[in-house]
Amino acid sequence: MAEMLKIDNIHKTFHPGTINEKHALNGVCLSLDEGDFVTVIGGNGAGKSTTLNAVAGLWPIDSGKIFIGGDDVTRLSEHKRARYLGRVFQDPMTGTATTMSIEENMAIAARRGESRGLSWGITKKERGEYRRMLATLDLGLEDRLASKVGLLSGGQRQAITLLMAAIKKPRLLLLDEHTAALDPKTAAKVLEISDRIIAENHLTAMMVTHNMKDAIAHGNRLIMMHEGKVILDIRGEEKKKLTVEDLLHQFEKVSGEEFANDKALLS
Amino acid sequence: MAILMSLDPMALLRSMPGAFAQGLVWGLMALGVYITFRLLDFADLTVDGSLATGGAVAVMLIRGGMNPWSALIFAFIAGMAAGFVTGMLHTALGIPGILAGILTQISLYSVNLNIMGRSNQAVSVDKYPLVISLRYISDSTGTRIQVFTTSILFCVVTVAILYWYFGTEQGHAIRATGCNQQMARAQGISTNFHTVLALMLSNGLVGLSGGLYAQFQGAADVNMGRGAIVIGLAAVIIGEVVFGKLCAGKHFAFAYTLLSVIAGAIIYYIVMNIVLWLKLPSDDLKLFSAIIVAVFLAIPYLKTRYKGKERAHG
Repeated sequence: MAEMLKIDNIHKTFHPGTINEKHALNGVCLSLDEGDFVTVIGGNGAGKSTTLNAVAGLWPIDSGKIFIGGDDVTRLSEHKRARYLGRVFQDPMTGTATTMSIEENMAIAARRGESRGLSWGITKKERGEYRRMLATLDLGLEDRLASKVGLLSGGQRQAITLLMAAIKKPRLLLLDEHTAALDPKTAAKVLEISDRIIAENHLTAMMVTHNMKDAIAHGNRLIMMHEGKVILDIRGEEKKKLTVEDLLHQFEKVSGEEFANDKALLS
Repeated sequence: MAILMSLDPMALLRSMPGAFAQGLVWGLMALGVYITFRLLDFADLTVDGSLATGGAVAVMLIRGGMNPWSALIFAFIAGMAAGFVTGMLHTALGIPGILAGILTQISLYSVNLNIMGRSNQAVSVDKYPLVISLRYISDSTGTRIQVFTTSILFCVVTVAILYWYFGTEQGHAIRATGCNQQMARAQGISTNFHTVLALMLSNGLVGLSGGLYAQFQGAADVNMGRGAIVIGLAAVIIGEVVFGKLCAGKHFAFAYTLLSVIAGAIIYYIVMNIVLWLKLPSDDLKLFSAIIVAVFLAIPYLKTRYKGKERAHG
């Protein structure tokens, strides 16, 4: 199997030399094969989202290298890296342009990685395609193509953002706690859609979550991060047998601390 | 009572065509302000300078023998150059948007003086075949109609082009940049490039408007753009308040919105003419405009705050 993502010993310190100095990433190494769906857990400040942001290229990393599908993207700016990636964010407001319609948002995503010229921003043929894609969500959005995204609920927006992320069949899908801001029922629905989209498009994916049950139930791999490093990497049969208690125990063993996160314990 | 008696309704009526034409010309500038302020979400103060730049370039070229229509093309290009500078100050050098605009605006004051060689230059309608002129309005009904058809033509063509442009891939990218930069970058849009592009387009329109306005009043003046941003904002906001409900949810809603910006500029000048006709001190006009803009900008904010409180209590 081809290697789809390689994170090679990356480091990142925010606000170096100030009182707010924070070593967010301390030599993260990770390699994902094509079709891997890895869930990422860890306490607050463990570096989960920071790792995803490093892959997405929000800021330059201090050292190390990042390869996506064999291409070195370490020095590429965020918008240039977008061609390799699909991204869904924690805040449902982040993934879509609220003042634009559903179909316009999708058309923008459908041109990810291409140059944007003076041809129509959306064609009739695309509209039919988007209608079909929206119908698969089963949220009644297929009849609201021209509605502004700002009128939709958080769950609806996350579902659309997922479609947008997958529309160009990215080499890597980054889900950054994309259900954390939703109510439990909606979160379950969005997770179900995520699973389906990943399976149908054979995507390689990373999903950060605070919810240990979700982390166990989804994907074929699970990694745990602590203090800017990957401290646990469980896959295959071993992952299938995993329980929340196992994870908490593992965490204490590896980090020497208690997993001090109410959210993780309660859910 | 005596003041009311001294007012001449005919004088007001006579001033209306001029106000209307002036509104049309400034409507073009207001469209430029709409692009930055509403679509790009960027308060661009460059316009106070680029309006005069457009005027100065057009007047000097016409005086040098260029066709007044061609001179407008160069007024547009000069405006775009000004927008480019603001865009680069903001994106490449990281200067906050408002400050970037102010820096360009201030430097344009010197640039405009250099273009004209002094603080103002006349371009007489007797000597040059100007595109539009205030004189045409008072001359005869025939020339008056010509002024209106020309300026309406400019507005309609500009609205049509903008409607098309913001429906293209590039136009979508600008709108996404203005709405949500994180989303835009995640979708592979260079927010810096499209910010510069929108600023150039916006200031191009402002320069064009300046070139037309200089011809209209028969002179370019280094101060002709002072307070232009406020007039542009007033036009945008008046258009939204008066016609916003009419535009929403329609087919071609965006075209109606653009037209309402121009209508807003016309209403602004009609109101200003009434204010002058009422013999209110003209020194206070700018104060009056600023208050109108401040009030209308504050209303949506105060509304949401009030609603938020209601919800908290309920």
